[in-house]
Amino acid sequence: MSGPCIKFEPEPERYEFRAGPTHHFDLARRDFFKFLGAGIAVFAVAKDSLAKQETAPTRGFHPEELPKDITAWLHVGEDGGVTAFTGKVEIGQNIRTALAQTVADELRVPFESVTMVTADTALTPFDFGTVGSRSMPTMSPQLRRVSAAARDLLVGAAAKEWNVAAEGLTAADGKVTNPATGRSFRYAELARGKTLAQNLPAEDPVTPANQWKIAGKPIPKKDGRAFVTGRHQYTPDMQRPGMLHGKVLRPPSFGATLTSFDAKAAQAMSGVVVVHDGDFIGATAANERDASKALEAIHAEWKEVPQTSSKELFSYLKQNAKAGGNDRSRRIKGSVEEGLSAAAHRLDATYTIAFIAHAPLEPRAALAEWSEGKLTVWTGSQRPFAVRDELANVFHISEDNVRVIVPDTGAAYGGKHTGDAALEAARLARAAGHPVKVVWTREEEFTWAYFRPAGVIEIKSGIAADGTLTAWEFHNYNSGMSAIETPYRAPNQHIEFHATESPLRSGSYRGLAATANFFAREGHMDDLARAAQEDPLEFRLKNLSEPRLRAVFEAAAKSFGWPRKKTLEGQGFGIAGGLEKGGYVATCAEVAVDRTSGGVRVVRITTAFECGAIVNPDGLRNQVIGANIQGLGGALFEAIEFENGRITNARFSGYRVPRFRDVPEIEAVLLDRKDLPSAGTGETPIMGVAPAVGNAIFDATGTRLRSLPMAPQGMPVAKT
Amino acid sequence: MAKPIQLEINGKGYTVQCAPETPLLSALRDELGLTGTKYGCGEGQCGACTVLLSGTPRRSCQIPVSAAAAKPITTIEGLEKDGRLHPVQQAFLDAEAFQCAYCTSGMILSSVGLLSTNPNPSSADIVQFLQGNICRCGTHPRILDAVHQAAKTMRERAR
Repeated sequence: MSGPCIKFEPEPERYEFRAGPTHHFDLARRDFFKFLGAGIAVFAVAKDSLAKQETAPTRGFHPEELPKDITAWLHVGEDGGVTAFTGKVEIGQNIRTALAQTVADELRVPFESVTMVTADTALTPFDFGTVGSRSMPTMSPQLRRVSAAARDLLVGAAAKEWNVAAEGLTAADGKVTNPATGRSFRYAELARGKTLAQNLPAEDPVTPANQWKIAGKPIPKKDGRAFVTGRHQYTPDMQRPGMLHGKVLRPPSFGATLTSFDAKAAQAMSGVVVVHDGDFIGATAANERDASKALEAIHAEWKEVPQTSSKELFSYLKQNAKAGGNDRSRRIKGSVEEGLSAAAHRLDATYTIAFIAHAPLEPRAALAEWSEGKLTVWTGSQRPFAVRDELANVFHISEDNVRVIVPDTGAAYGGKHTGDAALEAARLARAAGHPVKVVWTREEEFTWAYFRPAGVIEIKSGIAADGTLTAWEFHNYNSGMSAIETPYRAPNQHIEFHATESPLRSGSYRGLAATANFFAREGHMDDLARAAQEDPLEFRLKNLSEPRLRAVFEAAAKSFGWPRKKTLEGQGFGIAGGLEKGGYVATCAEVAVDRTSGGVRVVRITTAFECGAIVNPDGLRNQVIGANIQGLGGALFEAIEFENGRITNARFSGYRVPRFRDVPEIEAVLLDRKDLPSAGTGETPIMGVAPAVGNAIFDATGTRLRSLPMAPQGMPVAKT
Repeated sequence: MAKPIQLEINGKGYTVQCAPETPLLSALRDELGLTGTKYGCGEGQCGACTVLLSGTPRRSCQIPVSAAAAKPITTIEGLEKDGRLHPVQQAFLDAEAFQCAYCTSGMILSSVGLLSTNPNPSSADIVQFLQGNICRCGTHPRILDAVHQAAKTMRERAR
């Protein structure tokens, strides 16, 4: 079993945007305290600049300037209130609550006293974006270190007041206490009258998870009441004085270019401003309906170009694969050829993955306001700083003159990385001389946003007579590299990603390509288990060393009661799992297939998930169950259809998403590893659903479905 | 020229100046600033814009404002009384039956409508009734729990 072994360094998912350099933040110290009031402040600084500062003659700040490259900061006010700042956005994943728990826990203050300021480019430190399940693994430790440093400052201040050593003092419940005397200072008293700022020490010990008091608990969502009363204002709910509503004229098809237009009738309408700039035509009016009417009155001619349709999608992807992979897109280990010739069973199969839409219930929206050359935009985006940069570039103004604020947003699922609506609103607002709000219609959202990439996956494999893998060859065309590697032991491997032209605009989606790669791999493993005449779980465990993945497989199986005997007509059970983004997942599914109608019903799902130390078990459970339900859509029926450059099912009446009737009994088994750092949880729990359901359908019917979605019109009806 | 239309919302009288075919949703959000009612699809498919019209849950994106004139309308803003949440709101809050919560207003109004005619619904009743409300975050099991809990609270209070 010898052969070339090329070092495999998976490049970041090509649809996941690369991290840019950490940006400078130029808020002067006096402005910071002017904004927040006196108190104690601590700043976390990116490693490089911290190192630079440490080599400087004096450590700490320039008197009037904050350090550059700040990544998180925190302020303890004179009232004892704690404000922590992060560029992360709240999109329903409950990060505001989880990060506030982290701060409260480490700073030793009540949860209620912590306010999180999120995603405001004028107030919060630069952040690359709320993407890739990175908030818990990166932002949480930073805030912990910042909080620990602030606590040290407070303890130090108390020690100075009492003229005792800091070591003997304790901090708890917003107070510093001297156990020897029983005396204590509230943080508020210690912060009073001070404008004390400190950089973060290089290494600051933080509290291990087994000693957490507030983190690790099922604390209710911050501001939950604002959401059940309708008081929370999402971007589409916001108003500004003098605000107008904007609409953008869309081309009739993808790739169409404007050849001529006549907007006289629209311009003659009362209160309407028509904006034309290259291929961009938009209108503003006092309300949305008048803006829409103005668009209807514009006569535009477009030159359309031929476009690929969904019928020819998969052959298109194969035919348009770009030649020339490299060791960043390919892993070769051993010799697949030798592994296949040594195999007792061989299997070849092709899998296809349709484009699907995020369809967040809050459509893309933005409100833009210009004032004296400065631009402020409120928008639901996962990347406020990227949107700021985009706006600065387009309007040729400095980043300092652009402020982007993200109100807590009606979900994103990876679909709101870009600033489309922000650019549109800003362009219209500048031309109209008023603040302008743009809210995309559902049809625009389904058409002009971007999609989870479609793909074709080909697998060739072999197993020995004892059921161990001898060869694993895996080619993914277009859908992406996330979780492209197999967690199973295979001595001979060839794993490759093939970039291709994409007929539709594609981008991030919860889990990226991992769902597609899990679906193909775990369906294939199931077929191999049948060939080896082994139980699908036993077969996987035989080929699996990774202990954390074995643990979730075993936990899911135990809770689900795997293996189960079929007792009903059309019943089937399936199991699937894998690892991605630091999380480990295994899902068991039970389906019921009606042989006469072809209807597929998912009856029960058990998903075991492990992501290190759990910060908020209730929030995590909500995320895991939500991911499982969302995953059912892509597994069974969600698919974007397109023809002649048009999306032909750009409505909820044409694009089926999971609804109450589709929801099975779901159990989330959460493994809490307090000895391991917390990983993100937003994405990985979705990945086992499609393959587990596919495997259960196979168990029920003997039919292997290799296309996502698997059963948009149900199963083929059994012939009698 | 648009004639004034009288609306009765959450027990208060309002006058709006808009074309009679304007969807009630637009009148609520854009004319009256009652933004707790959400736009989700504009075709009555998602339930985010649900309000009670004469006590019955209706998709406000599908109702011309003229058809809502002089009928009692309840929106999410009208459920809380004297700082006290409606039992359905309280149950959603207690069960944390939301993630992004953009669907929550519509879910709550639909559930209030259900419980007004069926004070003791089965899970199947709730599923059937809420089938037209989309939650993209997948919080359905908690919403079901919340509606059961609210029903229980309301039955106890009615005793």
